[in-house]
Amino acid sequence: MSGGADRMNGYFSARDLAMHFGGIRAVEGVSFDVRQGEVFSIIGPNGAGKTTIFNMISRIYTPSAGSLHFAGQDITNIAPHKIAGLGIARTFQNIELFANASLLQNLLIGRHCHSTVPILSQLVFLPSVRRAEVEHRRRAEEVIEFLGLQRYRDQLIANLPYGVRKVVELARALCTEPKLLLLDEPSSGLNVEETEEMAFWIEDITKDLGITIIMVEHDMKLVTAVSDRVMALNQGSILAMGTSAEVQSDPEVIRAYIGGEPEPTSDSAAGAAPGDVP
Amino acid sequence: MSQLKTEYAQDLALARKPSSLAWYALLLVILLLIPQTLSEFYVGEMSFVFIYAIAGVGLMLLTGYTGLVSLGHAAFLGIGAYANAILLSEGVPFALSLPAAGLITAFAGVVIGIPTLRMSGLYLAIATLAFGSIVVLVTEKWSSLTGGFDGFPVPTPSVLGLVITAPTGVYYLALGVLVLVVLLAMNILRSPLGRALVAIRDREISAQSMGINLALYKTVAFAISAGITGLAGALFGLYVRHLAPDSFGVLLSIQLVTIVFIGGLGSLQGAIFGALFVAQLPQVIAIVRDDLPFGIGRMPGLEPSLFGLILVLVIMFEPAGIHGRWLKLKRWCREFPLHKRAAFRRQKTYAKTDRLR
Repeated sequence: MSGGADRMNGYFSARDLAMHFGGIRAVEGVSFDVRQGEVFSIIGPNGAGKTTIFNMISRIYTPSAGSLHFAGQDITNIAPHKIAGLGIARTFQNIELFANASLLQNLLIGRHCHSTVPILSQLVFLPSVRRAEVEHRRRAEEVIEFLGLQRYRDQLIANLPYGVRKVVELARALCTEPKLLLLDEPSSGLNVEETEEMAFWIEDITKDLGITIIMVEHDMKLVTAVSDRVMALNQGSILAMGTSAEVQSDPEVIRAYIGGEPEPTSDSAAGAAPGDVP
Repeated sequence: MSQLKTEYAQDLALARKPSSLAWYALLLVILLLIPQTLSEFYVGEMSFVFIYAIAGVGLMLLTGYTGLVSLGHAAFLGIGAYANAILLSEGVPFALSLPAAGLITAFAGVVIGIPTLRMSGLYLAIATLAFGSIVVLVTEKWSSLTGGFDGFPVPTPSVLGLVITAPTGVYYLALGVLVLVVLLAMNILRSPLGRALVAIRDREISAQSMGINLALYKTVAFAISAGITGLAGALFGLYVRHLAPDSFGVLLSIQLVTIVFIGGLGSLQGAIFGALFVAQLPQVIAIVRDDLPFGIGRMPGLEPSLFGLILVLVIMFEPAGIHGRWLKLKRWCREFPLHKRAAFRRQKTYAKTDRLR
């Protein structure tokens, strides 16, 4: 890990990332690289700094130290609203949809970073605005079809079941036509079937659309099913990195989750979801 | 939903149904005929409603759609009124002075919008309140420009040789501007700009990560809202013929806020219903005043307290305002014998916004 500290060998790379809130070191010295087209999962107990890393990548927080690079560009100090335009989209752990708008309207807001018509011509709704709107609508419709959301198209988000809202979050993120997708606990609050479905969507997104994914997730079954590589965090620092099986059999990781010495025989921790053990 | 859509462009139509387009056309024809049929008094009252409705649409874009509360909007009305009157008295033709008044007020909106970008809710309300008071103070003291306490007489303008005189001329002018402003607002709401504003109202963080530049769009919202209110101010000046600084104080700002709340936050029709209500309530009070028992009608401060009472009742019993009531009435008529009682229950959901917490 430390060997390539100065090299940028990833499609997305974080170098010595740190985030301090006053005296609290939420994230400290975290470096990782994500290859193009892979699913990279971040796991760790509550408060390990997973969502903080996401918030730094989407520039809601400005890192206290370190740098972020995406597709050869330094994005550490880019304005938060420009992130979507660069091709980085995210979903939120606690759904952040526009509840009083229809599903379609939510997706069209996702198209915002691609709207280039000047505000003045929007005021008079020039033909160019109309053409652009029809095009946005067509793209949104493609995403609706991709994720099978047709029958909810005109419904208000407030009236949709939780599981569907999770998919809508995914759909809205896809509407920005991302190259890198950040998924913050895509399975939280979903039942077993919905989680399995989510795994299919994630696979489709990487395989069919070629989108690179960074995912924060607690459900180890989902992590194992979709991830190419996994990074385990604890208290703001990296514990282990590697394939899902490697990370789960790492003694440090087991100690962080269970809080004791690992049993020598337990080499298949894959099925046992560590869950939210503090 | 009842109509089968075959093209995406159908969602972009101004009217959802062709029949509603016909109703609006009929309404417009009736409004155009009013000066021919009714007395000057009613024509004047209607122009006043139109002027309030224009200001109401302006404030609705800011408060109802972007979620930014302004308690200083009367200042924009004042700036528009003075700008137009001063330009007219300098000999600028009305065809230029009216849009210029709108642009000057829009600029004033940017000036107040930028320093308040990081404020929300109560803090923004207080900041805009202070802005309103400052504008009144400046108008009072800068007497070389505004005439100070003596007021400012508004010259009678003319367009293409047509003199715009008090009731009828102002009536048609205000109606025309109102129609244009409503079309402008509808265009905003069906384009990316409108979606961005509503997104900011509902969830700022989420809006930002979708690529919406919060600072830019909040400033744009302030500018457009102020500009529209400035147009209303210019017309208000023509209507009252004589400007005085104290007519643009806090009370007028509260009246404007009442328009959008009573009308129904987040609805253009609501802004117009609200304007009708707020502009005409004083007249209704004046008419029934003498017939009220126990001398209630002679009590001082009857009007402001009634405004307050109605505002409280609306917020308690119908957060969606007159527009919400109207939708429920329409639905009830459509479903009459089969309506479900639950659909007309007292509603407790408020416009969801981060900013009004």
